[in-house]
This record gives sequence, structure tokens and C-alpha cells, in this order.
Amino acid sequence: MSKAIELRNAIEVTNLWKIFTSNADQVDLTKEKELQALEDSDEDTLAVRDTTFSVRKGEVFVVMGLSGSGKSTLIRCLLRLTEPTSGTININGKDVCNLNTKQLTEFRRKEAAMVFQHYGLLPHRSVLDNVAFGLKLQSIAKEERYERAMHWIERVGLTGFENYYPAHLSGGMQQRVGIARALVCNPPVLLMDEPFSGLDPLIRRDMQDELSEIQASLKTTIFFVTHDLDEGMRLGDRMAVMRKGQFVQVGTPDEILADPADEYVARFVQDKRIRLEKANMKKTEASA
Amino acid sequence: MFPERWEYHVAEPINDVINWMLNSFQGFFDGISSTILTLLLFLNDVLTALPWWMYILIVCVLAWFTTKSILTTIVLMLLPFIIGIFGLWQLAVVTLSVILTAVVVSIVIGVPVGVLMAESDFVADIVRPLLDLMQTMPSFVYLIPALMFFGLGRVPAVLATIVYSLPPVIRLTNLGLRQVSDDVQEAALSYGATRWQLLKEVRVPLAIPSILAGVNQTTMMALAMVVIASMIGGGGLGYEVLRSINRIDVGAGFEAGISVVILAVIIDRLTQGLAKRWEPPTV
Repeated sequence: MSKAIELRNAIEVTNLWKIFTSNADQVDLTKEKELQALEDSDEDTLAVRDTTFSVRKGEVFVVMGLSGSGKSTLIRCLLRLTEPTSGTININGKDVCNLNTKQLTEFRRKEAAMVFQHYGLLPHRSVLDNVAFGLKLQSIAKEERYERAMHWIERVGLTGFENYYPAHLSGGMQQRVGIARALVCNPPVLLMDEPFSGLDPLIRRDMQDELSEIQASLKTTIFFVTHDLDEGMRLGDRMAVMRKGQFVQVGTPDEILADPADEYVARFVQDKRIRLEKANMKKTEASA
Repeated sequence: MFPERWEYHVAEPINDVINWMLNSFQGFFDGISSTILTLLLFLNDVLTALPWWMYILIVCVLAWFTTKSILTTIVLMLLPFIIGIFGLWQLAVVTLSVILTAVVVSIVIGVPVGVLMAESDFVADIVRPLLDLMQTMPSFVYLIPALMFFGLGRVPAVLATIVYSLPPVIRLTNLGLRQVSDDVQEAALSYGATRWQLLKEVRVPLAIPSILAGVNQTTMMALAMVVIASMIGGGGLGYEVLRSINRIDVGAGFEAGISVVILAVIIDRLTQGLAKRWEPPTV
């Protein structure tokens, strides 16, 4: 791997596999037959299948796929919340798969932060303490912790709610806490696992806009997982369509829309294309 | 009939082992005994020093703080009067000191063991059958060795009570920690929580309602042991019940029995209320 590429890419993943089975070591990944058996089996799951990709620095990279396509497993592998079966992951020049426990803890604290679909907030802690949680884990002094947390609470529009408990907030507000909690650690890479999927469409739209705004000013690399094509197209600089643990197509939203790689992607983008065509027709009618 | 020549008795070897332990580990048992005695005497001194109205006041404050219900508070305040009116106040205080000692020791041992069980399936697999044993073994069986190791008096009574009352707090600590939602734990890990931090910041705080429910159960179990424990010198209300049984004095037995129940009700309501207070806020 050349130095130049390392600097340009925030995330590099090569030949990543994740198989949920009782004896992952014994599976020969090169044998199609064994893989087929895994896929057919009820107990075992082939969640991520020989996936290779890279995410550039400052880019919003969207992985889109239906539920069960392996996208959530993939994003968890990046932080080794799920242990990958094989392959290499390189984030900010760190060889994630070969970190020992201590290095991994340090890596999770400094190099990346994650936002979850179900928020994962601490129900017994106030908004302020939730946002400051990552800093507390790093043993940063209380004053600095709260000062930095307050800055982000303000930034995500939760001023006045810092002493509330998560249960007293709406879903959208809880996710704002989740985002503030992630950004307070100044992570170079932000991982987002369907962060807006549980929110009302209007709030979802607002949150997407705010995220874009924050991203534009911070230039954070974002790895964004969603099942919503519209969301992916709105946010993504590039996106990957995932199916059965594999990337079927990677490209800019426009490329994918204009030139679907296969039947599956085509079906996915069909509605969006029809809507766009209708809009275009209306536009031409109006101008004519 | 079962063939007689297949009979084999373990009673003799068990007696030998007990005797051997008695001789070899005298210092160890003395150590346990004196530790528990110190705690017991301390609690006893404190409890005896309190005037009767202080108890009512404490119950009142705690009941109000934990339940925020006027009716419950008033009822819980009035209940101790019944014990006093029956003339059993002094005995109730003795019982209370034995129970509190047993509960304190149970918590000190039980919570860490429960945490270990939750952290390691291996530990859980070893401890669980022991707990089953402690709970199903008829308590009379371990009264005898307790008597031999620690003599007659309140210390063996406390120990026999602990054997019986320890399991719930261990079980519910383990359960509470294991029930903490995976979402929250995963999030904590993703921010770089070490195993210890995960335990300290997330799992234990979120398990506290369950741990307190365990403390509540442990207290109830301890109260259930007072009569049996009085056979080896536990004294207090239990002994009063025991004496009534021996004399077939139904009335006196009833008075003492009701007093135990009143203690149980008060302690149960207070600790349950406390557990509720610790629930993380919900909508």
C-alpha cells in the first residue's frame, strides 16, 4: 500500500468476510460449495462476503441495502464490535484487525465514533452526561468534559435540555444526543448505522440537512448505512448497493441511477427514476 | 426392599471431615466468628441505643421518601406500635440486629459474586448449582455444623441465616447485569469502554433496580429464618415463637408471629420502594 493512497483514504477494507457459524475457522472461503452450504443453512449466516472498498477522506460514503443484506454487520466489523472472520480493515492508517485489546480501546476512543439506529443512550444519565460519555471514558476532567459537551449540545440544537433524561426526549432529539455524543470526541471518521430510520419523515429530512451542514464544516469522513434510497442519494458522495453480503455496485448516486449494474439495483432505483422522469416532464412542459 | 448389602453410608466420613475441619481450621472459624460478632454487636448497640420513637420517625421518613404515598406512610408508621403494644419491642430489636447483620454480609458477599457470575459463564455454571443447594438443603441440616463450628448463640444463627438468604441477591445481581440491553452496551464499547468501565458505568448502574430487588428478597428470606435460627441461639422474636410452640401457647405464638410479619411488611415495602426509586427515568 503506497503512502499516498493511505493519506487519501480514511477507510480501506480488503476481502472482508464475516460468517456467523460455530466453526468459522474450518470454512474454506475459496470453495463455492461450502459457501453455498452456509447460505442454505438455517443456523449459519454469510453476513459479509469478500467485500473490498475504500472511503476517501472527507467523503460521505453510503452503504444501502435491505435488511439482512449485511450492512449492519459490515459497519460493526469496522470497529470490531463484531469480529471479522477474515480480511483487512485499515482506518486512518491503523490496521484495525491486528490491534490488541488496549490498542483497540484507544482506537475506538480516538479514531472513530458511531451513531446507532436505536440510539444506545444511557437511560440513567442526563443528556449532558450522555454527550460527555466518550470523554469520561477517556478520563478527561469534568469541567472540560462538560464544556465540550455543552458546545455540541448547543450545536445540535438541544440547549436547555442538558438535564433531561433520554426517556423524556423524542426520537429525533435522542438521535441528536447520539450525534453530539459521537462528535464531541472529534473523530476523524463517523460511522452511522441507520441513524434516522426510526424517525418521522419530516424530522428525518431536517436531521439529514443538519448532518450535511455539520459534515460540510467539519469535513469528517462519514460511513453511512441506510435502507432508504432517497436518504442515500441525498447524503452520499458515493454509495454502494449491498445485497447478500456483497457490494453489487459502487458509484456516485447519479451513476447508480443512470446506469444500474444489474437487475437488482435497477429494481431498487426504478421508483426514483420514474419520479425523476415525471418531474423532468413537468419541468419541460412548464418551460414549453 | 432395597438390598441391604448395597448400603453405604457417607454420614461417618462427613462427620470425620467436620471434625477434622474443626480441629485444623479453628483459627479460620474464629476469625469469621469474631468478624460477624463485631458487626452484630455494633448493629445491636446502635439499634438498642435508638429510642422507640426514633424507629417510627425513620420508618416515616424512609416510607415517604421511597413511596411518596401518604396512606402507605401512615400505615407503615402505625405497624410498629402493634409490636410495642404486644410487649415484644426489645425482642424485635434483637431480631432486627440479627437480620441486618445477615443482610449486610449477604450483600457484601452476594453482589460481587453476582457480578462475577454475569461476567463469566464459567463462574455462573459453578455457582448456580451451589445456590440451588443452599436454597433446597433443609436448613436444619446445616444448623448442626454451624453449631459445631461456631457454638451456640447469635453468630451461628446469623451464619445459618446467611446460607439461606444469600442466593437471591446473587441471582438477581447476575440476572440484572445480564439483562442490560445490548444496544447500550454496544454503544459504550464503541466509544472505547474497557471491560471495567462497561461494568462500572453501564452494567452495574442499570442493574441496580434488580440488585435492590435481590436485597429485598434476601431480607425476606432472612426473616423467614428467624424461627429456625432461634433454635441455635438466634433469640429475639423467633425464640418467642419457638417457646410458644413448646408450651402450645397459641396466643403468645400468634403475637410473636404477627410481629415477625410486621417487620417483614415494613422492610419489604421500604426496600421495594427504594428499588423503584432507582429505576432509570421512563416516560
